[in-house]
Amino acid sequence: MVERRRLLDFLPHLILIIGVAIVAFPVYVAFIASTWDAATISNGSMPLRPGPHFAENYYRTIFVGTSSSTREPVGTMMLNSLIMALTIAIGKIAISLISAFAVVYFRFPFRMTAFWIIFVTLMLPVEVRIFPTYKIVADLNMLDTFAGLTIPLIASATATLLFRQFFMTVPDELVEASKIDGAGPMKFFVDTLVPLSITSIAAMFVIQFIYGWNQYLWPLLITTKDNMQTIVIAIKKMIVTQDALTEWQLAMATAILAMLPPVLVVVVMQKLFVKGLVETEK
Amino acid sequence: MKFDRRSLLGAAVLAASLGAAPAQAQTEIQWWHAMTGANNDVIVKLAEEFNASPKDFKVVPAYKGSYADTLNAGIAAFRAGNAPHILQVFEVGTATMMGARGAIKPVQDMMKEAGESFDPKSYLPAITGYYSTTKGEMLSFPFNSSSAVMWFNKDKFRQAGLNPDQPPKTWPDVFEAAKKLKAVSPTCGFSTAWITWVNIEQLGAWHNTPLGTKANGMDGFDTQFQINSPLFVRHLQNLIDLQKDKTFDYSGRTNTGEGRFTSGECPLFMTSSAFFGNVRANAKFEWGNSVLPYYPDVAGAPQNSIIGGASLWVMGGKKADEYKGVAKFFTFLSNVDRQVKLHTESGYLPITKAAYEKVKASGFYTQNPHLETPLLQLNNKEPTDNSRGLRFGGLVQIRDVWAEEVEAALTGKKSAKEALDSAVSRGNDMLRQFERTVSR
Amino acid sequence: MEKRVVFNGKLLPYLLLAPQLLITLVFFYWPAGQAVLQSFLVQDAFGLSTEFVWFENYQVLFSKPEYYKSMLTTAIFSSLVAFFSLSIALLLAVQADRHIKFASGYKTLLIWPYAVAPAVAGVLWLFMFQPSLGIVSQSMRVAGFEWNPLLRQDHAMMLVVMAATWKQISYNFLFFLAGLQAIPKSVIEAAAIDGARPARRFWTIIFPLLSPTTFFLLVVNIVYVFFDTFGIIDAATQGGPAKGTETMVYKVYSDGRSGGDLGGSAAQSVVLMVIVIALTAIQFRYVERKVQY
Repeated sequence: MVERRRLLDFLPHLILIIGVAIVAFPVYVAFIASTWDAATISNGSMPLRPGPHFAENYYRTIFVGTSSSTREPVGTMMLNSLIMALTIAIGKIAISLISAFAVVYFRFPFRMTAFWIIFVTLMLPVEVRIFPTYKIVADLNMLDTFAGLTIPLIASATATLLFRQFFMTVPDELVEASKIDGAGPMKFFVDTLVPLSITSIAAMFVIQFIYGWNQYLWPLLITTKDNMQTIVIAIKKMIVTQDALTEWQLAMATAILAMLPPVLVVVVMQKLFVKGLVETEK
Repeated sequence: MKFDRRSLLGAAVLAASLGAAPAQAQTEIQWWHAMTGANNDVIVKLAEEFNASPKDFKVVPAYKGSYADTLNAGIAAFRAGNAPHILQVFEVGTATMMGARGAIKPVQDMMKEAGESFDPKSYLPAITGYYSTTKGEMLSFPFNSSSAVMWFNKDKFRQAGLNPDQPPKTWPDVFEAAKKLKAVSPTCGFSTAWITWVNIEQLGAWHNTPLGTKANGMDGFDTQFQINSPLFVRHLQNLIDLQKDKTFDYSGRTNTGEGRFTSGECPLFMTSSAFFGNVRANAKFEWGNSVLPYYPDVAGAPQNSIIGGASLWVMGGKKADEYKGVAKFFTFLSNVDRQVKLHTESGYLPITKAAYEKVKASGFYTQNPHLETPLLQLNNKEPTDNSRGLRFGGLVQIRDVWAEEVEAALTGKKSAKEALDSAVSRGNDMLRQFERTVSR
Repeated sequence: MEKRVVFNGKLLPYLLLAPQLLITLVFFYWPAGQAVLQSFLVQDAFGLSTEFVWFENYQVLFSKPEYYKSMLTTAIFSSLVAFFSLSIALLLAVQADRHIKFASGYKTLLIWPYAVAPAVAGVLWLFMFQPSLGIVSQSMRVAGFEWNPLLRQDHAMMLVVMAATWKQISYNFLFFLAGLQAIPKSVIEAAAIDGARPARRFWTIIFPLLSPTTFFLLVVNIVYVFFDTFGIIDAATQGGPAKGTETMVYKVYSDGRSGGDLGGSAAQSVVLMVIVIALTAIQFRYVERKVQY
């Protein structure tokens, strides 16, 4: 009886451990590949244990770059990705905070119209309107700039909606108290509302940082200079080759490096991440 | 105070303009390309070499992804008014570029206007023919040219009891050899990269059989496909039959399957002659290459093969000064010794007659017969209307449609005839759409 | 639901809204308008010649079997991803819920794939299942299973489904675990006292109580497959073989690519926009109601 209990107790662990292993397996394979040389991989004879080329591959990836395709060191690309992700995340939060503030705390003509104009953009991703958007960014002379890379992605119905939702729950008494103190709307916003929203802002930041970091098709089209590339598009460029074999070991090292920052953000700021997910999908 | 500030500003402007002066004098030439691996190094080295000589121009190469991605990026950039000066376009994109006369600057005109000495006759006609008008006007500058050849693994040939010095000559021979090779490589007797390039486009030229009317589109955009004629149906049917037991095994639309040869999995593999560099670097067995096989009962076979690879298109609407730089760069590329070096190092074909002759005279080919195979094949016979080249509008997209149909046939969803009939009718629709947009 | 107490201000609210509206108008409505215009045109690749053709692009689009095929592909892809990612996530969440003191540890180990870029996920799975050098496809070949995603549409579909599912499990797991933890323990204990066996307890009591979460996740998963799998498809299969993994969103891109058929591509954009706006309106009503409850 006791034996049976133990088995029953252990079964969920077993299932979970298998689940964790399956989820981690692709990344493990990528990591292993990033420690071997090109020939071993392309001959299909890579074993499932780490190889001897770890330091060499990562050094080459980060500081030298894949001579075969993207050329630019991945270090530079990571910096580009970081700038892009931070700008998108901070930009989205900033403009969404103030627009949600306007929609919730003011009454003015066309308030709901404005809200709907923003809201309709909620789900339509940039992929669906990619060619005209590209043309407009080119017309505005924003190709190959961080502005072109980020501003078109900054408009965010998601964040606006989230902050609107949150502001609704802020007690009206706070506004009244603030008014009695003679504070204007901006003072209330800065001194009361933003401090109250700080966890929501942080949660939003985690989600939007990941969104920004993982952008793919947009940077692929909009960057034409080698030194403006981001790390995610570099991987795709590394695996297509003309009259040459793919340097899988470097592509996989790049993949590992591309995953590292957003995964770290999720794991380290897990609570905020979960809060962000739950709130954005409400 | 005000005065001070203004003079400060003036000084700043002056300083800025002085600082900017050297940069301004150097005209930048954007070069978008699709080269990876050792060939990417070649491009960067060429640009560095050109930029190092004391000139007023700076060539800036940028890798834009696959051939299709590069063309896509170039077109999108042109529409947005931001095209590069030089765009590397693969051979199937030729008609697309030609159809857009307003978007390009014909190389021959540009060279003349820039005052560079330029003689179209000094280039190998088998190569430039593909990129010239019927009147012989050269529109783009051939950069990396290759042809499809057959690579084989001599070690596996020995194991299978085949003579490694006698590669199969005809398709029936290939099928026989592949059946024997299957004993030593059960997952793949033979295979090809670039499924349509090798098995439709090269097949047609090599058998002097048209792919389409109007000399494969060379004589006008109102061409119709004919790839459902008996030769193509028979060849596809053979592939379908052999796919069933992996005597033939499909390796994808592009060259991503080439690793199957270097890894030893596929002992017989048809792909670009430019695969040379990788074979040399990665194959851990004795290898060789030879000309493409043919069906001996087809009259006129073997004819000559056609080229693959890419050429450099000069985009329109740039400044005369910039064209001067591009023209100088092309002259730099045509230099005999540079061509010899490019050819012998990268495995791409030399583009000038002088370079070819020089390599031949040096005895290089007796040591490296692999590099001459594509040249022998291209020059096998005087080209006919069926083997001069292809000029089908929208071939980039049409190739995908063909590949789709071939894939459907190889998986048994369609018969060879059905698949090719459908490839013809869908291809014709796309030709008409292209014709409609260029004819006005 | 409205605020009772508000600020007065004539100009200020407009100023506050301006950045968001400006970006939305310039980078969303303007291109959307361009797409509508483009959908009435036939143009060559370089945009040098243009012909206004009214609704011809739409007529062509809806007369082509390929368009319906891409709808079907999208539907199959969505249902497979939704089914697998939901059921695997539910299985794992139920196990984690049984050992609540370890739950947060497992949570950490399971949620991180959410942060992996779709394109990177596509590359990871492509690498494992690459027919000639992939580590998994080699084992499959040894086991006698002929794996060829380059040729077999069903294999290519499996590949993108696996990659997309892998990325989505973490999200579903989080929500299922939260849903399970919100079920009062007393309900389950009562059922246990009644003598219901664990499996029966799950299907008759827990699963029905989870249904709002499940429904919500279903919607989210379908939206995910529609719009967020572009990178996975582009990296792993490029919509092939023979368009076997070409979803509607991917088709917009691949048809417009290299200027091939910009009019047709724009017409598809417009169709998608209409669908999305309709969905958003429905979602908005749903969201508003939920807030009021």
